[in-house]
Amino acid sequence: MGHGRHHPLIMILPVIGALLFGRVLPAWTLSLATIGASNALVALGVVVLARAGNVSFGQGLFFAAGGYGVALIANSWGITDAVLQMVIGAICGCLLGLVISPLIARYSGIFFGMLTLALSMVFYGALIKTTVLGGSDGFNVGRPSLFGISFVDLREADFMLYAVAVVTAGLAAIAAVILFQSEFGLASLAVRENNLRVEYLGISANSVIAANFVIAATLAGTSGALALMAQRHIDPQFAYWTTSGEFVFVAVLAGYQSVLAVFVASLALELVRSFSNLYLPNTWQLALGIFLLAVILFLPRGIGSLWTRERHRRTERSLAAPTAAEEGAPT
Amino acid sequence: MTPVLSVRGLEKRFGAVIAADALSIDIVPNQKVSLIGANGAGKTTFVNIITGFLKPDRGSIVLDGLDIRGHSPRSVARLGISRSFQIPQLFVDLTTADNLTVAISGMRKGALSFHSPAEAQGRRDKAIEFLQRFGLAHLADRPVLELSGGIRKLVDIAMALVCRPKLLLLDEPTSGVSAEEKFIAMDRVIHAVGQNAATVVFVEHDMDIVSRYADRVVAFYSGRIIADGKPDDVLNDHKVRRYVTGGAR
Repeated sequence: MGHGRHHPLIMILPVIGALLFGRVLPAWTLSLATIGASNALVALGVVVLARAGNVSFGQGLFFAAGGYGVALIANSWGITDAVLQMVIGAICGCLLGLVISPLIARYSGIFFGMLTLALSMVFYGALIKTTVLGGSDGFNVGRPSLFGISFVDLREADFMLYAVAVVTAGLAAIAAVILFQSEFGLASLAVRENNLRVEYLGISANSVIAANFVIAATLAGTSGALALMAQRHIDPQFAYWTTSGEFVFVAVLAGYQSVLAVFVASLALELVRSFSNLYLPNTWQLALGIFLLAVILFLPRGIGSLWTRERHRRTERSLAAPTAAEEGAPT
Repeated sequence: MTPVLSVRGLEKRFGAVIAADALSIDIVPNQKVSLIGANGAGKTTFVNIITGFLKPDRGSIVLDGLDIRGHSPRSVARLGISRSFQIPQLFVDLTTADNLTVAISGMRKGALSFHSPAEAQGRRDKAIEFLQRFGLAHLADRPVLELSGGIRKLVDIAMALVCRPKLLLLDEPTSGVSAEEKFIAMDRVIHAVGQNAATVVFVEHDMDIVSRYADRVVAFYSGRIIADGKPDDVLNDHKVRRYVTGGAR
């Protein structure tokens, strides 16, 4: 942990760069990047959980909770502000995470994964049967505004959402870097490796898992709000297991060592999906599968290992020379 | 002298097996107590009960005047009992310094910080200081995965000691360490422990280590204490020679 760290605030620069770059991007890439950023937020939550040794197959639950929460409040109270909607989405995800975390933190490994999947599917089933929420068809919401400004021009509306997505993703990334480098972040890695020893050191492994779960739920709720604003429609598919599976895909592609990798992986997946859908309309799933296989085969620790591996190599070289103190140490 | 740890009538059964049979023992401050006994004599069970991993069927465990019977390992650790393990329990993907940093974080009052860097507030400095005591400072940034078994043993003990315990329990600190290196390793442990003025209880099978480093020896057999006293007296006791050392000395 001690080597090659960057100050988290350095990530402001790529955020500003991405915002400026958005001005020259074609319109279709703006919405693609918005969806990519939205998925990356949930995947970042999956990575947060993975760092403590757990994989959630049910983040769609919080993704849908954020989306439905925002959609209902937007339609009932006429709240259209994009920033406010993001905050509402985050609160919905966070509250649901707080309710579930005491139960879920008692499980680990496959039991943790299956319980999250089960909860998301229960929610999916409830949404399908709830006619006031549109049942399986869902319902629509209006176009979001920003700080009282409504965007009539489609390109400007897309750019506004892109900007909100980039800034939110940037803030989430900075927060995640700070979290990963923190005392809590280190304890999370320790929990993943040996939760019994963690207890013997006076740290509650369950509390660490629960806190990571709430953080992941908050990110998923925020993402649900962003996805809702991008699609202006919500339906139970938000909570379906294939949706949750996609977030796990992104996290697997990214690996758990780099925050930046999550966003790169999410964008890469969206690009591969879009282009394979365009050029291989009947076999695009095959192209997507080959891409995933290639990454898993050649980068088993994820896309992030492309740059974290180089950093480790540099550390290795600096530690390679044995010192006199090593002589006489037990082997 | 008021004991750091006072155990009275401790009992633990696993079905028909009596792992702890009415054990009573007082450990006074700054003692180095060695627990000896054949495999299955109940030494590790005793350590597991004291540290909260196992719940006793009967008896009391008082640490500095507070009954800790039934407390969780986390609570016992926070109250001042640390332990190392026969098989080192480390975070192998983390560096040596990070392993100790986690231990330092665990012992401080209040919740873990979500924003303060893990190495901040002197935590890394303290980790390095403790590694220095064990002669391991040069390995601070090495992942534990790359360390040998003997070094891992020392890191495991350093993690327990960095918590500044009132009572340090070491489960076979020299097992897995070669014959030539066991004294080097134990010298480092005793030197490091001495700087903390901690009371130490160590489970040990090697009678050379026991006679050289212990102030007091407690011999276990079938969950009972069969001898307790100065090393020479205990190691020459006929029951200890018969059931524990087999006349090894």
